[in-house]
Amino acid sequence: MASALEPAVGTEEIAESPVLEVRGLTKTYSVGRLGRHKTVRALSDIDLTVEKGEVLGLVGESGSGKTTFIRTVIQLDRPTAGEIRVQGGEALPKRPSARRLREHRRQVQMIFQDPYSSLDALHTVSYSVTRPLRAFGIVPRSAQRKAVEELFNQVGLVPAGDFLDRHPYELSGGQRQRVGVARALAARPALLLADEPTSMLDVSIRLSIMNLLLELRRSNSLSLVFVTHDLAGAYYMSDRIAIMYAGHLLEIGPSSEVMGDPRHPYTQLLRRAAPDPEGDFGRDTQFDAQGDPPDLTSLPPGCPFAPRCPSVRGECRTTLPEWREIGAGHRVRCVLYGPAGDGRLGTALAQTPV
Amino acid sequence: MEIEELTVGYGWVGRPVVTAVRGVNLAIDAGEVVGIAGESGCGKTTLALAATGLLDPPGRILSGSARYQGTDLVSLSPQERRALRLSEISMVFQASMNVLNPVMRIRDQFLDGMAAHGVRSSEEARARAEETFDLVKIPRRFFDAHPHQLSGGMRQRAVIALALVLRPKLLFLDEPTTALDVVVQRSILQSLNDLRRELGFGVVFITHDLSLLVEIADRIAIMYAGAIVEEAAARELYKKPCHPYTRALMSSFPPLGGTRRQLEGISGQPPDMRRLPAGCSFSPRCPEVIAGTCEIIDPPSIRVDGGHVVVCHLYSEKEARVG
Repeated sequence: MASALEPAVGTEEIAESPVLEVRGLTKTYSVGRLGRHKTVRALSDIDLTVEKGEVLGLVGESGSGKTTFIRTVIQLDRPTAGEIRVQGGEALPKRPSARRLREHRRQVQMIFQDPYSSLDALHTVSYSVTRPLRAFGIVPRSAQRKAVEELFNQVGLVPAGDFLDRHPYELSGGQRQRVGVARALAARPALLLADEPTSMLDVSIRLSIMNLLLELRRSNSLSLVFVTHDLAGAYYMSDRIAIMYAGHLLEIGPSSEVMGDPRHPYTQLLRRAAPDPEGDFGRDTQFDAQGDPPDLTSLPPGCPFAPRCPSVRGECRTTLPEWREIGAGHRVRCVLYGPAGDGRLGTALAQTPV
Repeated sequence: MEIEELTVGYGWVGRPVVTAVRGVNLAIDAGEVVGIAGESGCGKTTLALAATGLLDPPGRILSGSARYQGTDLVSLSPQERRALRLSEISMVFQASMNVLNPVMRIRDQFLDGMAAHGVRSSEEARARAEETFDLVKIPRRFFDAHPHQLSGGMRQRAVIALALVLRPKLLFLDEPTTALDVVVQRSILQSLNDLRRELGFGVVFITHDLSLLVEIADRIAIMYAGAIVEEAAARELYKKPCHPYTRALMSSFPPLGGTRRQLEGISGQPPDMRRLPAGCSFSPRCPEVIAGTCEIIDPPSIRVDGGHVVVCHLYSEKEARVG
């Protein structure tokens, strides 16, 4: 099935250094009172890269660490361990200076999930877009209004003049999200982190925001990390898809492979759960979720999916599996696939294909 | 249940009324799953509220009827309607966390509901509730819990259990799984389907997620601007959508596999219900609009074949040409 798919738009061989390189990213939080506190392991040892002009879909259920990942990358939260490198530069220091942070955030911008609460209700929307222009000194003061107009045109808020001096409450959800995109673009970043940018929007608006992001990627040669729990949306948007579960990255690879031929038992579970009118799921197939995601304060010692995994082996419960390369750029963290990358064996052992 | 020419509006008496549901006809057979899909604001929820008699002022039923086993719910007194609810017709809403009382144990909420319908003996009530808990696959230990101790999925299951505890014959589900993760959503839908088989109740399933509906419903009605624009068996609708709006809505859901291509979705915005366009209310957004017809004359209801009905001028033209 995977071979029948055409490559996603814009995937070329890229020799340049990746736009984002993350190594061993770990984030823990301490919760509870002094003396009885517990450690929440929100992110465990995440390694991934985002290439120039690429859309990476980050898929997982709530609590899987998707949002923590992008909040850590943009330094809204400080990572506990690990390296973050942007455009081949120096890794961010553990406690970056204000100047270093500003430089980091000029390169990496974020689009928030909730367009209703992420814009300042007391100011006009052009104010929200002017702020990054000013903060990063993108254009001289006299050219700011013109720059905002251009940004509004880019994100499809036309004619821009009709929107500049409105307040967020005067705009629809989709229009607000476009303002959110314009604000992120204002800093002229190399990488956009979009945290479920469409989940609060109505069906018909979702697609138009996704199309807008794809178009901006093309016209501005942006890279995008698209966080979502919607598998179909991820497949539509992304060149590669990364699957997260309980703070771990479990599978990453080209979208067509991860969706068309999912290898990790968790990815297979997700794939079977997703609504798919094309599929032969029907109402008669049995679906068994095999339990719930683990408590992040007491993760199992081995693979986080082991307690639910239908193909679990003894070793899975004690040690976290190593990454196995099972195809070009397709990696999976599962013992079902031999260290030599013998995917055949794995397919036979794994659950029935989707 | 049979809904006939149901028209529902919002507005206090003497003030201008905004019509939210316009002349809807819909029949739900025993044990059938009927899906209603459309964008936000298309009147899906209002229709369900009106049909279950839960519509509060300023909402009011302006005309039409909703007959349940022959009795017109519209003409019943609030007391009579209340007696039917839960025992005969039940409803589950999207935000389950707001449905359960946060300071009451789940047990007490079940007992309350049953006491209101004449189950006085608490042993009997408890037995019934526990049986329903088993059916929806909630561990019985949660029976004495407060709602906040349950995960979102468990809470939604508890609300479904509550809706089913008196074994109603018809269940309205308004976006019951939208706020949940895919895996949780799928397992709840699986349980619901198993339950429906076992208990034989009919379901009206309201959602914007058409791809989900195609999988789980027997029949689907597509709503736009308060009216049903197309109705057909689920597979038929998926394979052969006739109304341009249905086609546009479908193309708003990217597929999970196959060749990726740019999808266009629906352009424009849903109409202002206070100022509906003349003729077909979808005509301003319709890619296949027939100039001089669609924006003037109300579209006719055409039976494409069997149970497949579409309200659109495109088909009257074709039919006229053929006939």
